[in-house]
Amino acid sequence: MENEKQEFTITVYTENQVGLLNRIAIIFSRRKINVESLNTSPSEVPGIHRFTIVVVESREVVLKIVRQIEKQVEVLKAYYNTNDEIVWQELALYKVLSDEITEKVKVERLLREFGARAVAIRKDFIVFETTGHREETNKLMEALAPFGLVEFVRSARVAIIKESAGFHEKLKDFEKSEPGLELVENEYLGQRGNVFTM
Amino acid sequence: METKQLTGSQAVLEACIAEGVDTIFGYPGGAIMPIYDALYDYTDKLKHVLVRHEQGGIHAGQGYARTSGKVGVVFATSGPGATNLVTGLADAMIDSTPLVCITGQVFAHLLGTDAFQETDIINITMPVTKWNYQITDATEIPHILAKAFYLAKTGRPGPVLIDITKNAQFQSFDYQGYTVCNHVRSYRPKPIIRQEYIDEAIQLINEAKKPLVIYGQGVILGNAENEFKQFIEKSGMPAAWTILALSAMPTDHPQNMGMLGMHGNYGPNVLTNECDVLIAVGMRFDDRVTGRLDKYAKQAKIIHLDIDPSEIDKNLLAHVGVWGDCKETLPLLTKGIEQKDRSEWLQVFAGYAKEEYEQCIHDEMHPTAEALSMAEVIHAVNEITKGDAVMVTDVGQHQMVTCRYAKFNQTRSNVTSGGLGTMGFGLPAAIGAKFGAPERTVIAVIGDGGIQMTLQEFGTIMQTGVEVKVMILNNEFLGMVRQWQQLFMDKRYSFVDIESPDYVMLANSYKIAAAKVSKREDLVDAVTKMLDHKGSYVLEVMVGKENNVFPMVPQGCSVSEIRLK
Repeated sequence: MENEKQEFTITVYTENQVGLLNRIAIIFSRRKINVESLNTSPSEVPGIHRFTIVVVESREVVLKIVRQIEKQVEVLKAYYNTNDEIVWQELALYKVLSDEITEKVKVERLLREFGARAVAIRKDFIVFETTGHREETNKLMEALAPFGLVEFVRSARVAIIKESAGFHEKLKDFEKSEPGLELVENEYLGQRGNVFTM
Repeated sequence: METKQLTGSQAVLEACIAEGVDTIFGYPGGAIMPIYDALYDYTDKLKHVLVRHEQGGIHAGQGYARTSGKVGVVFATSGPGATNLVTGLADAMIDSTPLVCITGQVFAHLLGTDAFQETDIINITMPVTKWNYQITDATEIPHILAKAFYLAKTGRPGPVLIDITKNAQFQSFDYQGYTVCNHVRSYRPKPIIRQEYIDEAIQLINEAKKPLVIYGQGVILGNAENEFKQFIEKSGMPAAWTILALSAMPTDHPQNMGMLGMHGNYGPNVLTNECDVLIAVGMRFDDRVTGRLDKYAKQAKIIHLDIDPSEIDKNLLAHVGVWGDCKETLPLLTKGIEQKDRSEWLQVFAGYAKEEYEQCIHDEMHPTAEALSMAEVIHAVNEITKGDAVMVTDVGQHQMVTCRYAKFNQTRSNVTSGGLGTMGFGLPAAIGAKFGAPERTVIAVIGDGGIQMTLQEFGTIMQTGVEVKVMILNNEFLGMVRQWQQLFMDKRYSFVDIESPDYVMLANSYKIAAAKVSKREDLVDAVTKMLDHKGSYVLEVMVGKENNVFPMVPQGCSVSEIRLK
């Protein structure tokens, strides 16, 4: 059914401007829609930012949201895709106590079975990393839970749209023909000069 | 090119001059003092209207923008000055009114420290501005203000707020001159017109037996009144308007079928559910227009023309969405459509109009009760102005009655708060409307509730001498809420009984001439005297306490379930 709720990944290309995150976020919060995951980072084209937002909603609602996002002055383009139209990953980090884990499970088994990498091995703790879909990263979390998982964190989803070659070229040409303005941040912050105020 | 040193404040005023601004509505305060200091030397080029409250300032800016078609400019200080703009921003956002609001802000190095009169106005106003931006360095001022004016007035217009920290106002920099902005790379003011949708729309219109055109403020905002008229006249189709489109076409145009929506006319509401093609031009299917959406125009094919792509399919799924500026799309439609005689279909409307007149309008215009009705007051105004005045309304019963009964000959003559329904809008908006159209008579019709929300602006009238005719229709109630309580809440009149001051004395204390009228035989004379008076005038008109506005589409009902009484 078209109007059943499902996961949609919204990809937004924007200018790199202070406050834009909030402008996009309030489009969701105004309608009381929960954002499952949100990632923002520079895109492959310098000067252009990319948001990856995951929501569980109906296609109809997502279409309207995407149009509202595109309406924002500093948004270049927004897409929405179902899971079969994208390739996506999430990254997860797991911190476990070394004593606990080396005594009770074989680290080697964990690494093999869950495709995990040890990114830090210290006398007192070990940090593992996996990437994958949520179900996959969850599995290792569950496996480690009985052995004193001290800390767990998962990144937002990052996604590549399978059919996106055309837009990438357009974006590159666009930035080349008309470079974006430089980001202006507050350079005065924290510099309490001897300025007269009233 | 030789550069000169300007302060940020001077650059703000240079930008206003370069953008053709002649009037600024504002109120000074600590964080905007450098701009006001600079303004002291610019009074030969820029008129500044000192309002009595920032909300009054922004509503005046809105009134100015509506009658003049230009961008309204408003100055306010940081903190409370800025937050007092929020209602006006929300009103301008929902009614697509072009504004540039400039707020002072604390020094950049104090941002985030809870400094005196610091408020995060950028984040507060984000949902109610088309765009907003904080300037912390004076060198940004020229191009950011150019962008602000460009964004405010192009595409679907809207309010823009620029927050300027005090250091940037003081800061001197090499001024390179002002370049008007006509392009922002991430912003497309108008969608590209797609010929296939134009063709589909033409075909639907040509095949239609009972088409109905409904039009909104887009026609006025797009300066497309003539294009719209040609479209209507060639096609012979009946046309009905939303409240904000009022005055885009002359009231007595033979194809004007009246107002849509909750208190609109009988015919256009009922026949929305009988037409075969519904052509919506520059309107957004607000719930006050559509009534119950799942029973709205279900039988019709919908053609929706809008400059804002997010409006198409937002409330009502369109069979044909014609994206684009209606000034450009309407002529394309007009070219393709056939000239048709639709007098038979127009006769159906005439039948409904007759029924509405007999069952509702006649009694409103010629009441048997002793108390005056709002409709006869507006009728008395029409008789004298002949439809040439700008009518400004507040929000409530008087607004619905004025919009239903006032006559208009020219566009940009109706100023009202449509989408937001902001009580208190009327008086300041009328002041702004007069500055925007100084050669025209401006009449503000305001209820006894709304006037008490912003009556401090009588001070602005006193000090500027701006000529505004204020009619207070006093029913000693918050009438619209009372009407709903009567009809839907068992007459439980919960806090709608409102007392008024002596408006005549009040106006006089502001040195404004005033009178009060309550008898039918005195009405015409009183209105005549008000309009003949040189200068502002306040006329309090006592009207029936428990009169209701009909017709009415009760909430949750379909437009075809409109009640005549």
